[in-house]
Amino acid sequence: MALLEVKDLKIKFGGLTAVDEFSISIEKNELVGLIGPNGAGKTTVFNMLTGVYLPTSGTITLDGQDIVGKRPYDIVSYGAARTFQNIRLFKDLTVIDNVKIAYHKQMKYNMIEGIFRLPSYWKEEKIANDYAIELLDIFDMKPYADSLAKNLPYGKQRKLEIARALATGPKILMLDEPAAGMNPQETKELMETIDLIRNKFNIAILLIEHDMSLVMGICEKITVIDYGKIICVGNPEQIKCDPNVIKAYLGE
Amino acid sequence: MKNKNKKSYLINGLALVLLFILLNVLIKNNVISRYYQGIMVFVFINVIVASSLNLTIGFLGQLALGHAGFMAIGAYGSALFSMYIKEMALPPTALLITSLLVGGLLTGIIGYLIGLPALRLRGDYLAIITLGFGEIIRVIINNLKITRGAHGLTGIDKLVNVTNSFWIAVVVIVILYAIINSRHGRAIMSIREDEIAAEAVGINTVKYKSMGFTISAFFAGIGGGLFAHYMAYLDPNTFNFMKSVEIVTIVVLGGMGSLTGTIIASVVLTALPEMLRGFAEYRLLVYSFVLIIMMIFRPQGILGRKEFSINGLIKHSKNIIKKTGDNAEGGEL
Repeated sequence: MALLEVKDLKIKFGGLTAVDEFSISIEKNELVGLIGPNGAGKTTVFNMLTGVYLPTSGTITLDGQDIVGKRPYDIVSYGAARTFQNIRLFKDLTVIDNVKIAYHKQMKYNMIEGIFRLPSYWKEEKIANDYAIELLDIFDMKPYADSLAKNLPYGKQRKLEIARALATGPKILMLDEPAAGMNPQETKELMETIDLIRNKFNIAILLIEHDMSLVMGICEKITVIDYGKIICVGNPEQIKCDPNVIKAYLGE
Repeated sequence: MKNKNKKSYLINGLALVLLFILLNVLIKNNVISRYYQGIMVFVFINVIVASSLNLTIGFLGQLALGHAGFMAIGAYGSALFSMYIKEMALPPTALLITSLLVGGLLTGIIGYLIGLPALRLRGDYLAIITLGFGEIIRVIINNLKITRGAHGLTGIDKLVNVTNSFWIAVVVIVILYAIINSRHGRAIMSIREDEIAAEAVGINTVKYKSMGFTISAFFAGIGGGLFAHYMAYLDPNTFNFMKSVEIVTIVVLGGMGSLTGTIIASVVLTALPEMLRGFAEYRLLVYSFVLIIMMIFRPQGILGRKEFSINGLIKHSKNIIKKTGDNAEGGEL
């Protein structure tokens, strides 16, 4: 069975059906792209998958477990992590603290153990610290560990957001327009980062993107939506030639 | 990391003991008079109450304006409890500590209950609802029989002195510091930074918000209990809105998100009005003037979000020495 199985997802805001009959299935270690013109409902789909919105109907199964109606922080422990379209870092905290906060759920010591600095505190804090340093090292961000997140350059902030999402130990990583606002050089670097994640972490990635060079370059499977409905599913070559897709992007 | 931390804990512990010995010597030799000792106790009470509020405002990032209400619950709760168990003839310290804990726990429970609905709100709305709850608490105390309403509560044992209030303040600060520098504290700070992102990385924001708020209320209750057992008399109107504002002022002046800043601001803002007593009516004017000047030149508060630390100071001075040394060498060339 697929890692993420979404069937007939539908959401209505009042009288407006924003997303309808949305289905997608993502296998382990697969990289899937979700594209569509502005306002097509991509981010709405994301918000339903991560528990921000409650779908009107439909099912979402992650690794065999139904996650519809779960709170966002709960869905994280089922194994879905996300980044945001407009970067949302903990700006006034250090880079390493950003990562450690995401590691929160893997740490088990309780407040009493924390206050009295019992051995379990030292042990788990050390594990968290080592883990965070290791993770930052993978993304070449170790030198920035102690600087404030807001002081990083834009591309590095994106990387940190991805690293933070990975620190939650996800099975699937959802990236919401990671290349938004990036120049071609940074986009290229981002592609390398995504490749790196796939090689090192063995997780599935769902990618929303506007930047066609990025999507066509790295995705194996692409789903195109327009006005909340799927208009085409296939590999990059098929998508490029599909008349419905061309119509949606360029008009008649 | 571990050893370095433990060393710094040791240094700070030693510094505290030295400070305590210094205070005691000064008191013994009558350098610090009774009057100043009284001010010192108020400083320690303010340190406790303001740093507990700093957990809500500075670390959790939620503006709460009803802290005097929590202080009142702690004050009345612990005072009534200590009067109730007086016959058991406990030693004074034990009596003080148990009644403080009872007052603190009572405040924590009520804080939790108030926090559940209130923390659904944010920013100005939360400020107003906490302000409202603070006033409700005061009005209820004013009308209850058991608290003797507006007559005020008398007959409380005076159990607090410079020594025990100093050490209780130390314990409170240490606990708050320990919480902030643990996974729970990081979760609390992540809510201040970005609530949506915190949820997205697996932080149960509702849980940690009410946790922060409850701890904050608990320690405000402890501070209130100290106040009760120092004054030996309680009047509900002590805990009015102006008291809440006073505590918020300490937090803002010291720096939201800095415990050491709160300590410094508590000393300054408790001592300042006393020192200005000579100016009679003008002292409130001077007091506000000092605050305005402060907000113009240092809006983030005395320490901002930084913490003052002995280690940091040593490092800093080493850097300065190194720099001047480098300059001197440069001069020779």
